[in-house]
Amino acid sequence: MMEYKKIRLKLEDGNEFEGYSFGYEGSTAGEVVFNTAMTGYPESLTDPSYRGQILVLTYPIVGNYGVPNEEEENNMFLFFESHTLHISALIISDYSAEYSHWNAQKSLGDWLKENKIPGIFGVDTRHITKLLREKGSMLGKVIFNNEEPEWYDPNQDNLVEQVTVKKKEVYGNGKHRILLIDCGVKYNIIRYLLERDTTVIRVPYNHDITKEEYDGLFISNGPGDPKLCKATIDQLAVAYGKDTPIFGICLGNQLMALAAAADTYKLKYGHRSHNQPVLQAGTNTAYITSQNHGFAIDNDTLGKDWEPLFINLNDNTNEGMKHRSKPFFSTQFHPEASGGPTDTAHLFDEFIAMIEASKQQG
Amino acid sequence: MTEKINKVLILGSGALKIGEAGEFDYSGSQALKALREEGVKTVLINPNIATVQTSSDVADEIYFLPVTPHFVEKVIQKEQPDGILLAFGGQTALNCGVALYESGILEKYNVKVLGTPVQAIMDTEDRELFAGKLREIDVKTPKSFAVTTITDAQKAAEKLGFPIIVRAAYTLGGQGSGFCNNPDQLQILAANAFSYSKQILVEESLKGWKEVEYEVVRDKYDNCITVCNMENFDPLGIHTGESIVVAPSQTLTNSEYHKLRKLSIRIIRHIGIIGECNVQYALDPYSEDYRVIEVNARLSRSSALASKATGYPLAFVAAKLALGYGLHELKNSITKTTSAFFEPALDYIVCKIPRWDLNKFSGVSRMIDSSMKSVGEVMAIGRTFEEAIQKGIRMIGQGMHGFVGNHNLEFEDIEKELVEPTDMRILVIEKAFEKGYSVDQVHELTKIDRWFLVKLRNIFNLKNTLEKVPSLEKLEDDLLLQAKVAGFSDFQLARIILNGNVSEEMQLVREHRKKRGIVPSVKQIDTLAAEYPAQTNYLYLTYSGKQHDVEFFNDRQSVVVLGSGAYRIGSSVEFDWCSVNALKTVNEQGYRSIMINYNPETVSTDYDMCDRLYFDELSYERVMDIHDLEQPKGVIVSVGGQIPNNLAMRLHNSDVKVLGTSPVAIDNAENRHKFSMLLDDLDIDQPRWRELTSLEGIKEFVVEVGYPVLVRPSYVLSGAAMNVVSNSEELEHFLTLAARVSKQYPVVVSEFIEQAKEIEIDAVAKHGELFSYAISEHVEFAGVHSGDATIVFPPQKIYFETVRRIKKIAKQLAEALEISGPFNMQFLAKDNDIKVIECNLRASRSMPFVSKVLKSNLIDQATRIMLDMPVEKPHKSIFDLDYIGCKAPQFSFSRLKKADPVLGVDMSSTGEVGCIGDNYYEAILKAMLSVGYTIPKNNILLSTGPMRSKVEMINSCRMLVERGYNLFATHGTHEFLKLNGFDSIDLAWPDEDKKPNVLDHIAGGQIDLVINIPKNLTSHELSNDYTIRRSAVDYNIPLLTNARLASAFIYAFCKIDLEEIPIKSWREYK
Repeated sequence: MMEYKKIRLKLEDGNEFEGYSFGYEGSTAGEVVFNTAMTGYPESLTDPSYRGQILVLTYPIVGNYGVPNEEEENNMFLFFESHTLHISALIISDYSAEYSHWNAQKSLGDWLKENKIPGIFGVDTRHITKLLREKGSMLGKVIFNNEEPEWYDPNQDNLVEQVTVKKKEVYGNGKHRILLIDCGVKYNIIRYLLERDTTVIRVPYNHDITKEEYDGLFISNGPGDPKLCKATIDQLAVAYGKDTPIFGICLGNQLMALAAAADTYKLKYGHRSHNQPVLQAGTNTAYITSQNHGFAIDNDTLGKDWEPLFINLNDNTNEGMKHRSKPFFSTQFHPEASGGPTDTAHLFDEFIAMIEASKQQG
Repeated sequence: MTEKINKVLILGSGALKIGEAGEFDYSGSQALKALREEGVKTVLINPNIATVQTSSDVADEIYFLPVTPHFVEKVIQKEQPDGILLAFGGQTALNCGVALYESGILEKYNVKVLGTPVQAIMDTEDRELFAGKLREIDVKTPKSFAVTTITDAQKAAEKLGFPIIVRAAYTLGGQGSGFCNNPDQLQILAANAFSYSKQILVEESLKGWKEVEYEVVRDKYDNCITVCNMENFDPLGIHTGESIVVAPSQTLTNSEYHKLRKLSIRIIRHIGIIGECNVQYALDPYSEDYRVIEVNARLSRSSALASKATGYPLAFVAAKLALGYGLHELKNSITKTTSAFFEPALDYIVCKIPRWDLNKFSGVSRMIDSSMKSVGEVMAIGRTFEEAIQKGIRMIGQGMHGFVGNHNLEFEDIEKELVEPTDMRILVIEKAFEKGYSVDQVHELTKIDRWFLVKLRNIFNLKNTLEKVPSLEKLEDDLLLQAKVAGFSDFQLARIILNGNVSEEMQLVREHRKKRGIVPSVKQIDTLAAEYPAQTNYLYLTYSGKQHDVEFFNDRQSVVVLGSGAYRIGSSVEFDWCSVNALKTVNEQGYRSIMINYNPETVSTDYDMCDRLYFDELSYERVMDIHDLEQPKGVIVSVGGQIPNNLAMRLHNSDVKVLGTSPVAIDNAENRHKFSMLLDDLDIDQPRWRELTSLEGIKEFVVEVGYPVLVRPSYVLSGAAMNVVSNSEELEHFLTLAARVSKQYPVVVSEFIEQAKEIEIDAVAKHGELFSYAISEHVEFAGVHSGDATIVFPPQKIYFETVRRIKKIAKQLAEALEISGPFNMQFLAKDNDIKVIECNLRASRSMPFVSKVLKSNLIDQATRIMLDMPVEKPHKSIFDLDYIGCKAPQFSFSRLKKADPVLGVDMSSTGEVGCIGDNYYEAILKAMLSVGYTIPKNNILLSTGPMRSKVEMINSCRMLVERGYNLFATHGTHEFLKLNGFDSIDLAWPDEDKKPNVLDHIAGGQIDLVINIPKNLTSHELSNDYTIRRSAVDYNIPLLTNARLASAFIYAFCKIDLEEIPIKSWREYK
């Protein structure tokens, strides 16, 4: 341990945890959240939905397979979910400084250092998780060398503004034109769409979509409080006037609800894991899903045109909704996985099927 | 649930054997619990009387009968069940179920197979069907050819190119399997594999690939989950039962993890399993390429491990799914609020390590490979790999203190040991580091993933750092904590830092670290990594944590029961039954029960069995850690076998209240010298013995007592720890080649009494007064270890006087040792001369057997006595029973390549059964059929050894001839039979170049039963007798090596017709 310097995490409630620094040697602040997935740290760390968050991984041994190479395909990294890391800091129990994997290029610690993100290991992550579970998500500070930063609540900021694409980008050359409103999209969503014979037109979250021609509209995942993403909500309200298929994921689910005049609320500590069970409403079909969200739709506020599509089997929260007559649907979970289980990938096929049906009618 | 099922038949797995052990008691018990919860009446067939599942409060009707189509059909006929469950009794139950299905019996009696359909089972069992089935959904299996002749096997190998692997279809855990590097090896292996199966598989070798398993569950609505994945520490090529295994996988990326997960779900759907299955993969360490190695369409050792590793009760859920539930309709058994349709998130790592007992066998190969030899396993839980593996190495219980800090280990050729792994593999890695091998070098030689090796290297480096610390005072807290986080025990730290009298110094380490506030935290296994609040009582201790998940009450209202640890030869499921029954009584008496055990195969480590389960080490250090926190009323050390028994004195010296018999008395019974003096004082006879330090001394003693003598060295170089020698040549041979004798390593020599009966008493005493007891007798004469003996209860062939005197001795000793609790004694009886040969002040292997036959639970009584609670003295006496119980050993020699399948003073059986009959021969026949003997059809080979056993067998031979059996005999036996007027066919010895030869007959499948009685008491490797015995085992022909047992068996099958054996449940014996 002698080669590692001390660093600590301070929570809003006054609890402090001292551990060792394995990332960037500096201080930072943000909202502390936990994720219970056992694999997939390269994916999580580059997921824009984690913007502004200090991430606690409950699986204790991290860094085992290092960090993959930066190979690109269609202008996207092959093994990451965006072009950069988004978390503010990483908190783990045991760090594998020496990694082992055929596809690894560097250690997790080196990756964090390069990206100026602090990392702490050697703290009781289960204890922290229990505090977050009992008291709800809290703000936190990572303090290195006694340089204590100000508290920072990312949910006050329009985080989507920070992570959305700056200008329109086009991927692929497939027959279906998908307009993707980027609120912080994960690459795997684009990959999944491209695999299904599409052209993906990725636009900023506040892009005027009325000027675009498309066969299907996609609203991506993203960070923060959905209510701060008014520009997208407004765009959606317009899109509802048409019959073109719409598919939303995660933040996209919440934005679609807000555009339909339903309400959202902040969950006590959110769902961040690879093992969330959801039931397709009114059926006996259940799926294991990958999730990463702190806000949810209030099912009771869904208007008469909408109905729940999926329900969380653990706490009965909304996991998706669909329009009763139009080809609009959304999921709170991540059918694109990466990381996590791929059981609901077929929803992308259903989206394409809707587009094909809509084209035939059209 | 779709249609009403009222009564269900469950098939158990029978006796514990290598590849099929305690895990099926656990899975069967879970299934029975699930059925009971649904109000379904349960009928269980399982001759393994020592299991928890064969208890009246677990199943409704229990048949101690062989799990074979004949007996199962009879039970079906009688019980008329609506459904049958085949997935909970291992390969034994599955094979039996498939046979019943194929012969139309299930259809005939309208018994519905619940859960996975039989066709799906058959699709996974037949390798060609299986590969074809997976090909349909584009899932890759190893390139492979199914062949039925050796010639075709050679042709297939040519196409694939060597090395190749050979597998036999339809066998337990890889029997008859192995790697071949050339055509000659293939020739030998294929011949052997064909003796198990008509079809063998010749496959591409994937040696060096990672081995990864998934436990997959599917319900009738097609909902699927994977409960757990596991990664083998050892690369492919080492049977998963022989490998260290971690859960969850450690070196797989998200993409690899989910690629294999997705395939698992595609496979379970396509095969159509309803319930649980296990999918084993080979994963290329240099890409995402994979092969599916195996699918087990049933609960397995891995599923039991996965259940314990995650807290997800797979067998329980599988039984509910078989009844028609959907996963989403069931609740998570741990949180009770969230859904059973989920995948556990672990926030710890578990590490399974196999336990081998190869020392118990002479001649066996120590190499570990694609067939299984281990007899048990442990599971260690930690929050670093280092912590888990070091805990695990200690748990194995073979004198190791962790990855480092072990003395007396030397390996001649480290490189060879690394390339050709043996049971010592993990410790060889440490030696390699010591000799300067790098992680990369070790990786090159072993193909173990570097990640694991780096972690082991961390432990090694930490040891080097600690070695430089001159004293505890100079040990920095950060370094001490770092060592504890990496799983170092107080013992290791004492040895590395202080290096004096370690057992005293470890106490100093303990005191020092407690003063410095360095103590472990208690964490819960809650299936959701703390995401949801859970009231779980499933706990472990770790140094990677600063906070306890549970509160402690300090009210002295809890009782700690110490479990049995890893199953091993001599200690297995019977001590689990004892532990579970002690827990039940503790609960009933209003105390909170606390279990400490670390064996994933057991029922005692099911968190439903107690108020708190500490899945952790049974070491002094850990028991004291838990004791410090829990402050219990006391600790029960007498129901878990020898491991807790050995802790008694040290716990006592640390002011722990040991319940029941005082540890001082335990020590008086355990210490040979003290116990001998006690017997002398009480005027109780014992075989003469002496502890000696030189060969001359031994020879002088032998002059006094005469040969043969029993020799017990304290230091064994190879082979068995005990031996009987008949002359000075054998004595010298044994003490120079196999063992040592010196001042440092004294040898205990005892007179060995031949032709003596061996009798046991299992008893309970209350404050020095004999409270209840059961006396049983061995069928074999003394000289066969009591664990390998066939035991009859109540005794049938001993004098009343003998019984009376044994009872008297037991009373005397109970009084002298002030016994309060269970105890067991063993005696030799010759005429009416009775000598005590052993006394254990703890529960014994035979407690469940006698308790169940008597229908009087000795452990319940003992536990009440230990708790000082009222207990009613049983009024039944052994002479009142109108039926007889017979306990027979199960051997696993077929798994132990080259081991001499002969019985001796050291135990070699891996399991046992206990059957009940209306008379002696019926009980014996049922028991023998239950451990795999079959009634011979025509031909019996006799090689009956010394004159004494030839004479002993003469009546049996007469009966065989009268029954029309053809006798084949080796020369001496042939002559003897001829002299006595019996015809037999004379066969040449294996080493004679003559026909007809014994070996040809065995290999040709012309012999139905082999009786080979060894000529003397020493095992001779490579002798003719050995070759006959070994071939019988290798060609899967029933073998008997004891004249008295052979006679009893022959009598039984000649007197009783299979069809006439009454089918009676346990309840019906009154």
